[in-house]
Amino acid sequence: MTTTTKDHAELADIFNKDEERVDWHDETLWWIRAKRDKSVHQLPEWEALREAASNIKFNVLSNLDTYLTAFEAAAKANGITVHWAADAQEHNQIVHGLLTENKVTQMVKSKSMLTEECHLNDYLATHGIEVIDSDLGERIVQLAGEAPSHIVLPCIHKKKEEIGDLFHMYLGTPSNMSDPQFLTETARGSLRETFLTRKVALTGVNFAVAETGEFVVCTNEGNADMGAHLADVHIACMGIEKLIPKREHLGVFLRLLTRSATGQPITTYSSHFSKPRAGQQMHLVLVDNGRSVQLGRKDFRNSLKCIRCGACMNTCPVYRRSGGHSYHTAVAGPIGSILAPNLDMKKYADLPFASTLCGSCSNVCPVKIDIHDQLYKWRQVLVKEGYAPTGKKIAMQVMAATLASPTLYHAAGKMGRATIKYAPFAVNNKLNPWYKQRDMPESPKESFGEWYGKNRSKK
Amino acid sequence: MSSRDTILAAVASNKPEAMPIPDIEPFKHIGYDDVLAQYETVLTAIGGAVHRVSNWDEIKTIVKEKYDSQHVRVLSLVPELDEVATSAYEINPAAHQLADVELAVIKAHFGVAENGSVWVTEELLGHRAVPFICQHLAAVITADNMVDTMHRAYMRIADTQYGWGAFIAGPSKTADIEQSLVLGAHGPRSMTVFVLDQQN
Ligand code: SF4
Repeated sequence: MTTTTKDHAELADIFNKDEERVDWHDETLWWIRAKRDKSVHQLPEWEALREAASNIKFNVLSNLDTYLTAFEAAAKANGITVHWAADAQEHNQIVHGLLTENKVTQMVKSKSMLTEECHLNDYLATHGIEVIDSDLGERIVQLAGEAPSHIVLPCIHKKKEEIGDLFHMYLGTPSNMSDPQFLTETARGSLRETFLTRKVALTGVNFAVAETGEFVVCTNEGNADMGAHLADVHIACMGIEKLIPKREHLGVFLRLLTRSATGQPITTYSSHFSKPRAGQQMHLVLVDNGRSVQLGRKDFRNSLKCIRCGACMNTCPVYRRSGGHSYHTAVAGPIGSILAPNLDMKKYADLPFASTLCGSCSNVCPVKIDIHDQLYKWRQVLVKEGYAPTGKKIAMQVMAATLASPTLYHAAGKMGRATIKYAPFAVNNKLNPWYKQRDMPESPKESFGEWYGKNRSKK
Repeated sequence: MSSRDTILAAVASNKPEAMPIPDIEPFKHIGYDDVLAQYETVLTAIGGAVHRVSNWDEIKTIVKEKYDSQHVRVLSLVPELDEVATSAYEINPAAHQLADVELAVIKAHFGVAENGSVWVTEELLGHRAVPFICQHLAAVITADNMVDTMHRAYMRIADTQYGWGAFIAGPSKTADIEQSLVLGAHGPRSMTVFVLDQQN
């Protein structure tokens, strides 16, 4: 895992060097977005469902303390051991403690963005514990020594030839194999061995039900279940915002989640864990790590409604063309850019600026988070607190001054049009950040202002 | 103060003012004209197979055609299908003894037409790992046990008790390698649902 001090723009530059890959990344994600649309349009009640989900989450946020206590009591009554972690450090210590107690040095894990957020794998590695990620995409990025670049599709940035090379290097496949069927089969064989020999399995949590004390884990591969059902100890880690009031509300969220994520009607497995199986230990870790602070930020608390479907990333024109790693945070894309500055304003000050504010993210969000408005609000907070990235600051000041003065605005427009017309090389060059990855538009012969002036005077 | 109390206190002081739980009753009335046809279409589209059958013998014939229980391990948790299974099933085996199961046939409580899933709970399985560790999975439901949507599914489940339960919709799958769909990621490579016409 690389720690980095580069900001989004610099990291995007690296990704943008390979233009073909950028196009391919862009098209792949757009294809998934299109699948989402198709699936969504089959439900006439879609908008009503979004509204309901959003309001259920409002209710959750406004009662979060009581739901947490109710959930804890019900889960305990079910035989689940409940732990509380104030931050990433405490979360990692709790998990490590459970591993030590059970005298194991190896663990199998299924996808959990929370453990990415807490850098659990790195932490355990420094304590001599080997973690194997069992979601195929996560396993691939793990072998590559990278972090996931997308919350639902962790290795969406990798080509099958690269995956073939990784498997050749680490799993002993012949070289130059790139057939997905073959590669998946190889991973299946190797991970099956892992599932059959690990005593401790860790999973994430998609939803936890305050009323019943159960939690739900959704996967297509069945890896969370393979891990949890074959291990003697199941550790499940969740952010405190994952609660919902009642079991019946799962109906609303399970209908929205996968249709938004990949266009599927439901994940292959929606597993409801209520009690440990006979002879098994089940632990649940409730993690805050900045969530209670975000809850107190009126403008940003809505981001806690997120159900991690990834739709906002798939539709985001910036994400699609800059890649998940350019966000240098566990949750990339539009929602990640709202969550990250809550944890560290300085480190993530660049992220709310990595957006066109086109609003597409807010339009697809199944729980109706006002994502693009929040990004805009973060910009204001960051500028006020003095954290805005320098380049963006100057450009914004110029823009603000220009837009504030009609004379300057017209002059700037005229100059821009003249430049594009008579000296296109001056615009289409590497010094103009807007030219990166874009062909500049042909300039209109006259501005709207000029056109309006002329046509108005004709009357 | 313990982390528990610190977190709860922070949440309590930062939470917004109370908002009511919305009414989700209207969703419970959404339905399909032909639930069975809808179920069949959806499960087929997501990589599963549906057989509508009118008695147990038909199921046995289909299973026998594909799985020779003399040579591969066929686990049946449905007494009516004992005949096509390899040997009597030991309840609560060590999960690792299930590693060589080729086909597992289980009963399910009901199917959900909108997404092709079946709802199962652990007492139908003997062990929670059964529907994941087998190479192929088959489930039996009766035609009258079909609900329209997830809302109705949770009406059926309501406040029933289970240690573990799952909606299972089709074979295990992944599209992690350049978005090419591959069936059989860790769990079963195929899933067949037998829909029994009447309760025999
Ligand atoms: S913010 Fe909305 S669209 Fe984005 S991942 Fe979360 S729920 Fe999905």
